[in-house]
Amino acid sequence: MITAERKPMEEIIGSVSPYRRILLVGCNECVTVCAAGGRKEVGLLASALKMHFAKEGNPVEIEEVTLERQCDPEYVEELLPRMDQADAVLSMACGCGAQEVARRYKEKPVFPAVNTRFMGASERQGVWAERCAGCGNCVLGITAGVCPIARCSKQLLNGPCGGSTSGKCEVDPDIDCAWQLIWDRLKALGMQERYEDNIPAKDWRTGRGGGPRRIVREDLAS
Amino acid sequence: METFEPVIVAFCCHYCAYTAADMAGSMRLHYPPNVKIIRVPCSGKVDAIHIMKALEKGADGVIVAGCLEGDCHFKNGNIRAAHRVDSVRKILGDIGMGGDRVEMFTMSAGMGERFALVATEFTEKICKLGANPVKSGTDMGMHQAAC
Ligand code: SF4
Ligand code: SF4
Repeated sequence: MITAERKPMEEIIGSVSPYRRILLVGCNECVTVCAAGGRKEVGLLASALKMHFAKEGNPVEIEEVTLERQCDPEYVEELLPRMDQADAVLSMACGCGAQEVARRYKEKPVFPAVNTRFMGASERQGVWAERCAGCGNCVLGITAGVCPIARCSKQLLNGPCGGSTSGKCEVDPDIDCAWQLIWDRLKALGMQERYEDNIPAKDWRTGRGGGPRRIVREDLAS
Repeated sequence: METFEPVIVAFCCHYCAYTAADMAGSMRLHYPPNVKIIRVPCSGKVDAIHIMKALEKGADGVIVAGCLEGDCHFKNGNIRAAHRVDSVRKILGDIGMGGDRVEMFTMSAGMGERFALVATEFTEKICKLGANPVKSGTDMGMHQAAC
């Protein structure tokens, strides 16, 4: 999933303070799962903002909507009937959702209420960790299912580096060394010989190196 | 100036805190009538939004009361509740309300006296803090005469 965290309250307050009618838009997908911008978080932020501005003697109207997906035009269209009554939009979706709202409603200022972080997985209740960097040419098949791009601090394709100590990365003792994880898993699979193969330099143009990316599926595109 | 009668909402878990409140009643212990009790199946059922809504709608203080640590009927609902109370206090601090209007307490079903004491002391604390500033629409509410 795409993970996100709510921005500091002070920053959110600062961004919407010039406006009196705010449309607060959450998303039912990834940001709901990582408890950053689903219906619940929308309710909580709306309540906090209403209290803050009421306390200042400068009350705001906040309309709460949580779309099925904020990154799909079909759902973003559902905001249309409410846009007239809004001075600004505060989005609790990832950056993709906030941008889709901004693209569709050109005349309305759109502010992000969350910081979009990374593509990750749940490690346990309340903990999410980065797993994929979207390099566009997946090597998991030769790295025992552990991603060296997203999980090795140096993105080494042939690791580990000299900083790997007792399974931890030299960058931070809280980070598992990705190459230790790769080796452990290769061993468990009886595939140690694969470790001897050099992984050639990657063509980063399939990733961000090639500029903003698109997928066009001719069989689906209209 | 009118005397300030705070409204305090107390979310009490069915198995311990609510029973303790009931016990305080049967023991004829006096505690301030300002405390309005809402019975919940477990303190872990109290979500941050419930606390926020209580304050947004004008409560001056909110108590979340659960079982003693290790005694939760649902294992760790009281621990979860304590974490949520902490996060609400943080949000209240961030919006300039101060986190002190919300507090978590734990007690066993037999602690009627503790319930009465908690209710009395918390009401006194809220009296000192003054009315919920959201109601008066100005921070001056904070300095309203204490009861
Ligand atoms: S190799 Fe690339 S696509 Fe595969 S998990 Fe890592 S970053 Fe993602
Ligand atoms: S210690 Fe491991 S994870 Fe950290 S940079 Fe070196 S190889 Fe990568």
